[in-house]
Amino acid sequence: MKRRGTAAAATVAVAGAVVIVALTAAAAPPPERTVDVTIHFSHFDVTSLEVSPGETVRFVVTNTDPIDHEFLVGDAEMQQLHEEGTEASHGARPGEISVPAGATVETTFTFPDRLAAGWEFACHLPGHYAYGMHGPITMTT
Amino acid sequence: MRRHIARAAAVAAIAATLVFGSAISALACGGLVAPNGTISLTRTTTLAAYHNGIEHYLTSFQFSGKVRSLGSITPLPGVPTKVIKGGDWTLQRLEAEVNPPTFDRLALAPSAGFAVEDAQVLLRTQVDALNITVLKGGATAVGNWAREHGFFLPPDAPAVLDFYAQRSPIFMATKFNAKRAAAQGIADGQAIPVHVVIPTPNPWVPLRILTLGRQSQDLVQADVFLLTDRDPAMLPQAVSPDGSADQKGTILERSAWASDGLMSDLRSDQRSNWIPDEPMWLSYLKIDERAGDLTNDLAIDASGYGRPDPVAAGFAFPAVPTADGAMGARTIVWFGAGLAIMALLVRRRIHVSAVGTR
Repeated sequence: MKRRGTAAAATVAVAGAVVIVALTAAAAPPPERTVDVTIHFSHFDVTSLEVSPGETVRFVVTNTDPIDHEFLVGDAEMQQLHEEGTEASHGARPGEISVPAGATVETTFTFPDRLAAGWEFACHLPGHYAYGMHGPITMTT
Repeated sequence: MRRHIARAAAVAAIAATLVFGSAISALACGGLVAPNGTISLTRTTTLAAYHNGIEHYLTSFQFSGKVRSLGSITPLPGVPTKVIKGGDWTLQRLEAEVNPPTFDRLALAPSAGFAVEDAQVLLRTQVDALNITVLKGGATAVGNWAREHGFFLPPDAPAVLDFYAQRSPIFMATKFNAKRAAAQGIADGQAIPVHVVIPTPNPWVPLRILTLGRQSQDLVQADVFLLTDRDPAMLPQAVSPDGSADQKGTILERSAWASDGLMSDLRSDQRSNWIPDEPMWLSYLKIDERAGDLTNDLAIDASGYGRPDPVAAGFAFPAVPTADGAMGARTIVWFGAGLAIMALLVRRRIHVSAVGTR
């Protein structure tokens, strides 16, 4: 009697564990892609980027220069805000990081399901965007 | 650190110019590194005089008191033995030689810079309100040093510093100390001449550094004077003036023996006892070129052989040194050992055959 009860309890526990694992798997975010970006002589080695709807991308940005840079992902409006803005450093928001000289910094960003024209990754330190530090982001259809 | 800050700084710079009636800074043949990218676009003047294997590089710095952290980085062809104050008016006298003041009916016409080893500080000195540091190091090391010492480096700085570091790892960083300038009574806009003494096989004038921080369409203007023992050969070959005021390029406006009057005047300036008693050849080059087109330096062969170095001009990369400096020597040793063994074998064979023929 006691042995049968123990077996039933074990079965329930195993079933519960299976249910928990199944639920966890269902709620897990989609697998993220890692994009390595290297900055050299004030240029990104990635010239453009294509993402899938709703894709989560982990950007690992390495600055080989002796000067600081930024890596900011966003639409045209956001890029314009940063070009004219006054934030001295970034890191609090996903997709916006300061990359100090010689450092490697990463940020993870989830793209929306649709991208309007004008999405870019860019650096907006004075003169850097004009020097060519930006690239377009497009979405696969 | 955004456009509007840069714009504000630019406005401040313009305001300073209006208030003080003087342009902000001019450094001959140095890249100007000002806060937030404010860059001087004034014509610069420099003299490279060469005699007995020594280049005497004279340039001057002119700063406005409102720009407190203005600095400059100048690539050098070798390690200077000294950096001292230059003659008071040598550069102005040279300008007057090639652009004599003109008179009109009313008045005199206005007269007219990862993991890498740290940069090595070779020399520190002060010339009036200037703090001067001579550095040795690669582009990243020198760039790191400059950043850590408060220099603002524009986005093209990594590439430009690398361009120079591949040829000579020696740089002169110059920073203006506004407080000391005020204490010394140096007026806004007053030029501070600097004389750099550099032993080097041939004189050399960095030009691409003048494009630092400038847009490719900006016009780079500089007056470069050379005093050499004979007519020098240059690379790139300067073009002859075509009489047009807006001629672009490196224009050889004057190439002749310096007049006795000029040499006499230059020798009479303060701290000018380095100027030899012998006659010297004067070359005056007017640089009027778009920043995007000025991708070279001025290589000079003052030896009389007429072979300016394309590497020094920036037209060719320096020969890649062997990864292991001892490699060449080791190869020679092995080659020599091989020859010795072959010689021994040949000698032995000759000896054996000689014995056999007896």
